[in-house]
Amino acid sequence: MRRYLTRKILIYLLTFFLAVTIDWLIPRFMPGDPIRNMLARVSVASNASAIQMMYDYYARLFGLDLPLWQQYLNFWKALFQGNLGISTYLFPTPVIEVLKRAVPYDVFLLVPSILLAWYAGNNFGAFAARSKRLDNFVLPLSYVLTATPYMWLGILLAWFFGIVLGLFPIAGAYSFSLRPTWSWTFLLDLLHHWFLPFASLFIIDFGGWAIGMRNMIIYELEAEYSRYLTALGAPQHLIRRYAFNNAILPQITGLALKLGVIVAGALVTEVVFSYPGIGYLLLAAIQNQDYFLIQGCFLFIILGVLIANFVIDLVYIVVDPRTRRGMVGESA
Amino acid sequence: MKKRNEVLYFALRNNKLLIGSGIILVFLILALVGPTLAKYKPFDYASPLGAEPPSAKYWFGTTFFGQDVFSQFVNGLRATFIVGLLGGGLGTLVGMLIGFTAGYRGGILDEILNAFTNIVLVIPTLAVLLIIAAYLQVRSLLMECLFIGLTAWPWAARAIRAQTFSLRTRDFVDLARLSGMKPFKIVRKEIAPNMMSYLVLVFILQFGGAILTAATLDFIGLGPTNTISLGLMMQYAVLWGALPLGMWWWFVPPGLAITAIVGALYSMNVGLDEIFNPKLREI
Repeated sequence: MRRYLTRKILIYLLTFFLAVTIDWLIPRFMPGDPIRNMLARVSVASNASAIQMMYDYYARLFGLDLPLWQQYLNFWKALFQGNLGISTYLFPTPVIEVLKRAVPYDVFLLVPSILLAWYAGNNFGAFAARSKRLDNFVLPLSYVLTATPYMWLGILLAWFFGIVLGLFPIAGAYSFSLRPTWSWTFLLDLLHHWFLPFASLFIIDFGGWAIGMRNMIIYELEAEYSRYLTALGAPQHLIRRYAFNNAILPQITGLALKLGVIVAGALVTEVVFSYPGIGYLLLAAIQNQDYFLIQGCFLFIILGVLIANFVIDLVYIVVDPRTRRGMVGESA
Repeated sequence: MKKRNEVLYFALRNNKLLIGSGIILVFLILALVGPTLAKYKPFDYASPLGAEPPSAKYWFGTTFFGQDVFSQFVNGLRATFIVGLLGGGLGTLVGMLIGFTAGYRGGILDEILNAFTNIVLVIPTLAVLLIIAAYLQVRSLLMECLFIGLTAWPWAARAIRAQTFSLRTRDFVDLARLSGMKPFKIVRKEIAPNMMSYLVLVFILQFGGAILTAATLDFIGLGPTNTISLGLMMQYAVLWGALPLGMWWWFVPPGLAITAIVGALYSMNVGLDEIFNPKLREI
């Protein structure tokens, strides 16, 4: 178990290191000059020497006149102090503050939709496997669902339930007339706004898990141990339970692998519903060319995915006894 | 020769494959022929009245600005196929390169490549893509394909590595090695043909994945700066109030096309799997 965990942690640390390095590297080595862009956008002065002075000032402010290795070390130092720069779009709020305000909405949206979709999809997929009628109807539907781009389902739901039927609001996390408080009115309003983005994420992920589980179960039911149990005359539900226990393991690994895609889906869903999480911030940051904010979003997304991966690893250790005995090496 | 006939026999009787490839073919023709049929350029302000529902003049209606939706749609479709083909193709190639090398060579090189694959696998692709794209002022469709291909390969590399691993100790590979064949040639002549069906499936999934990733990038405004795409159409529709205005003709076609194409690819994937893998056929 220790070997399994140290290996995983090492990978995550390396990944984080790499991500921070990318975060530092790209702004400095991409064609184009962020400071010049920023100055061009504000266009404070038309005369060239004034612009040059401004340019030098900002270059010094961002520490761009230092040698590269020094800049790199400073970047890490600032990172550990929680300093991600200052947002130019929401000037003068520090990026970390902007992100801190957005993250609760992401957690509130992502955690329930990921877990519920995973749970429901797996159970449903296992149920549908090898039952002819369900299989013929549900399988094509699930394939269509996994093929649907997240934002499109979001758009359709918002249009149909929000505009045509008028049942749900289609923008924001709560009504403009309310202030965030711990009152029932506010919480209900919050849930009301949360439901459609949640449903849109849930439905697409549900399809994916259902297909995955259905295919896994079919492989397991073809396996020798299932045949043996059948030959012994074991009841069908018992065989299916064993098959489910074996099939759920790759689905846990699958969850870790799919996190990136799900998070990307959540980003665009937030854009559709103007839901004030990181995805929505990101769009604003891109449209306003707020580079610090974009970089901050990047780091937060990676950090979130790494933490979630680690949690999944811990769950895996609990669920699969082989990892504890060191019988599963790198494959898990 | 007989083997080929057998595959063809099952292929022509597999509904999933036939329906899937039929849908792809329809959209492919639309992407190829459509732009020549369109009466307006995608960004031209065709209608002086602004938004108009579908009519004989504007087949798919017009956008809020009076641009022809049909023209945007077919041109976007073209971009979608290009991204799928080039982005998905590149992803498959890189996956093959790393998967074959790691699986066939083994040892320390395998360890390094495997660790690298695992790292890239954990990083959410989109986060990296968006930070690269955000710093580029001008982006082309080819650049988008390149970025997507270079970030989409990890799972393919992993899968191909595992397959190669199981094949490289087989007798016929040992024989090739004993006869003095070069490693590259062994992989090309002995190992790859034995997992050809598998590589086709990987390519199909990479194709669909590239289309979905591109749609996401385009939708948050980091797609190509000079071309229309289906994702960009949806972004404009959302940002310019197509929902409250009830302009369904603006946002339904692009999403429907992506869903249909990717869904058809998945369906082909399952169909081909059944053809290549007799165990699955009986269901």
